[in-house]
Amino acid sequence: MTARIGVVTFPGSLDDRDTQRAIRIAGAEPVALWHKDKDLKQVDAVVLCGGFSYGDYLRAGAIARFSPVMEPLIDQARAGLPVLGICNGFQILTEAHLLPGAMLGNDHLHFICRDQKLRVENAETSWTTDYSAGQEIHIPLKNMDGRYVADDYTLDQLEAEGRVAFRYVDFNPNGSLRDIAGITNEAGNVVGLMPHPEHAVESLIGTGRTDGLPFFTSILKKLVTA
Amino acid sequence: MSRTPLDTVEHAAATPDVELPWAELGLKKDEYERVVEILGRRPTGAELAMYSVMWSEHCSYKSSKVHLRQFGEKAPQSDALLVGIGENAGVVDVGQGYAVTFKVESHNHPSYVEPYQGAATGVGGIVRDIIAMGARPVAVVDPLRFGAADHPDTKRVLPGVVAGIGGYGNCLGLPNIGGEVVFDACYQGNPLVNAGAIGVMRHEDIHLAKASGAGNKVILYGARTGGDGIGGASILASETFDDAKPSKRPAVQVGDPFQEKLLIECTLEAFAEKLVVGIQDLGAAGLSCATSELASNGSGGMRVTLDDVPLRDSTLSPEEILMSESQERMCAVVEPDKVERFLEICDKWDVIATVIGEVTDGDRLEIFWHGGKIVDVDPRTVAHDGPVYERPYARPDWQDALQADDAGKLPRPATSEELRDQVLKLVASPNQASKKWITSQYDHFVQGNTVLAQPEDSGMIRVDEESGLGVAIATDGNGRYAKLDPYTGAQLALAEAYRNVATTGAKPLAVSDCLNFGSPEDPAVMWQFAEAVRGLADGCLQLGTPVTGGNVSLYNQTGEAAIHPTPVVAVLGVIDDVARRTPVAFQEEGQLIYLLGDTREEFGGSAWSQVVHDHLGGLPPRVDLERERLLAEILISASRDGMIDSAHDLSDGGLVQAVVESALLGGKGARLIVPDGLDAFTLLFSESAGRAIVAVPRSEEVRFNDMCGARGLPATRIGVVDGDTVEIQGEFTLTLAELREAHENTIPSLLA
Repeated sequence: MTARIGVVTFPGSLDDRDTQRAIRIAGAEPVALWHKDKDLKQVDAVVLCGGFSYGDYLRAGAIARFSPVMEPLIDQARAGLPVLGICNGFQILTEAHLLPGAMLGNDHLHFICRDQKLRVENAETSWTTDYSAGQEIHIPLKNMDGRYVADDYTLDQLEAEGRVAFRYVDFNPNGSLRDIAGITNEAGNVVGLMPHPEHAVESLIGTGRTDGLPFFTSILKKLVTA
Repeated sequence: MSRTPLDTVEHAAATPDVELPWAELGLKKDEYERVVEILGRRPTGAELAMYSVMWSEHCSYKSSKVHLRQFGEKAPQSDALLVGIGENAGVVDVGQGYAVTFKVESHNHPSYVEPYQGAATGVGGIVRDIIAMGARPVAVVDPLRFGAADHPDTKRVLPGVVAGIGGYGNCLGLPNIGGEVVFDACYQGNPLVNAGAIGVMRHEDIHLAKASGAGNKVILYGARTGGDGIGGASILASETFDDAKPSKRPAVQVGDPFQEKLLIECTLEAFAEKLVVGIQDLGAAGLSCATSELASNGSGGMRVTLDDVPLRDSTLSPEEILMSESQERMCAVVEPDKVERFLEICDKWDVIATVIGEVTDGDRLEIFWHGGKIVDVDPRTVAHDGPVYERPYARPDWQDALQADDAGKLPRPATSEELRDQVLKLVASPNQASKKWITSQYDHFVQGNTVLAQPEDSGMIRVDEESGLGVAIATDGNGRYAKLDPYTGAQLALAEAYRNVATTGAKPLAVSDCLNFGSPEDPAVMWQFAEAVRGLADGCLQLGTPVTGGNVSLYNQTGEAAIHPTPVVAVLGVIDDVARRTPVAFQEEGQLIYLLGDTREEFGGSAWSQVVHDHLGGLPPRVDLERERLLAEILISASRDGMIDSAHDLSDGGLVQAVVESALLGGKGARLIVPDGLDAFTLLFSESAGRAIVAVPRSEEVRFNDMCGARGLPATRIGVVDGDTVEIQGEFTLTLAELREAHENTIPSLLA
């Protein structure tokens, strides 16, 4: 059997087809989910992809968080459904309080698109087991509102519990506190990050690196062996 | 302009003496008289609004038309051309059943008045042209020109333009893969913001702007119509800036990229279900353009009820509704039994869609408002029979003196140290410096098909995941060359874009252009324009790359001062397998650097003459298009057969600029030897056309040399990829760190 991984398209989602392709390349079956869907079509995991959901004219992700598909998603994520939020997806996960903290505008006030170096801090989440802890990878980053913030108590707690999943290395592209690029929930099934692993899955395309593929192979292995 | 009673056709006929504000709407007296003659009566206010925008320079090409005809008359035979000039965008066959549509347009004037929105809506407009052909947009490119990099107003205009392009394009999910950024004082009050887009479709999906089939419904969908951009085309884009006039800000449109993204998806879904008979986007001249063009290109007439147009502002008059350039709107012609499904798809995407009229048996375009007929015209007279001017043109009296001021006579560096300093100064100059600060504000990765993006010689997009089929696009233009000789300058722009496509391994297929010039009312400018068009048409004929469409932007001048004539040329190419693409960056130490082509003492219009001497004079580099074609064939063969690992075209800045870029991008240095017959200065700074550098793996050297020899292309081994310096043997050495600092710090320090 293979795993069925849902990819939600909100109006304004941009990387939905790319994410579906990455899932396919990893060997799983992508399933298109629509923001108005009231159920998740029995998928085994969900990716919330990048883009500007509903235009993001309010806070990024603030409206998407209230769309119909989020109701079953929030319930099932709390019950253990693996969910990965990439960029806008990460923003939506924080707005939905599945992950703590919030995303503000980049400190330099510009959109930034670059090949970003990251360190994998936690290789035990549902989405990171094919990495090793401490591994350095390059993943494209592209965002306007990528500055991760939370209060000190939350940040200390995240650090203490090993829930900082990814950290920016060499260069902090947006002013994120403690160089945080991505985090996980306590159970390790919900992960959010600003960089785009789905853009680093083919050696010919983009930056030419495939450092993002392990996100999708990690979850596939977990689901298939489960 | 709304008045009582309603200015219907009947009312107009009964009140022949009413004076209409034709001059305020940008019409000339003889043009107004012609409208009266066509109609056999005075126009209604609504008709006048339509004629005034559609007969504007921007929409009617009235000054340029007589010259642009050459693109058709001199069109080369090409099997690749599926749709040519005259539609929203040209369409080219790229094989395997795929067709590609591409076009470049200008949004110059609005971007000076309001940089963010001007540039943003420029992207929006070109993308709608691409969708209107039936294609999914896959990439955008942005050729930009600004005033002096250190001028205070550049710091207002450039960041706004860049943020606007990014803010809009990033939100649409279109990778930005190419373009240019050029600084020159001549663009100070007239920045050039050109925007290009590429779309991909299957052959059978091509759609045209045509309203056929009586009874078919005309559906307006997308954003509501508001008061923004009223008269944008006629007033803003067709007149010279003049400080004495009131602010033109209200004539600039405001963009909503989210709405456009929905429009893309919902249009493509309607295409996929074959619901659309004809389609037109609403850009310049808004509904006036969409209705008159759809009706005049189809077989019948059209009847429209303007009351049904969804409005943002209920107080708009019918004239304003017809002239509004509110963004993110499209007009589709749909068979009656498919209307319901079309509206369902729009509803799925939360896009407002309204039937506003239908195709009729007749040949009139009739528009109604509050029950009265306010427009009754032959749509062809609005859309196609605008005035055509044979503007006088004359070679400017200063041209001879300019050409006589030979750059070859400028003092050259006397010592190796001076040469070294000039190299550093060149690669740090705003035009030659890295544009990473700008391009990193654009998403290059979205859609997951970007093979190459700036600063590569051409942007490249994978079209088919299975076969690896891809397309490449490059845009180039050098206003300094064109100022010295517009005919040659236009051909150099073509040659450079053609070469840039070939250096990445793609075969050049077709051309689009954006012709940016000053006021056509100045005979000197008109001469530049005529010469540039003649040069481009001749060049395209010789290279076998037809012009598929494009755009003319005139009146780029402030007072008496026109910009440099700036023909920007986009060349589209195809590559069978993107795995064979060739990047700019040096890949491996030990590979041999070859210089292809002939290097002559050519410094007229060069970056060196500008950076070191602030000089513009003499003649631009000679053009040899047969040589360009041969060079391209060699580059394509070498890339396909794995004989080269990197390649870079030589253009502004000459060889040293190219070597430095390849070295910095690859993080690998180069050791160069000045070949016999050349001096170091000429080798480094000459801008002779028809040249490229390539890096050849040692194992391929014999094969590569044999190929060049057999085909008669001069190929000179000039060095080797090596170390972490750029060394010119016997002259100087620069470390990559020094070069990187010089090359990458300039733009952020001026603009960040």
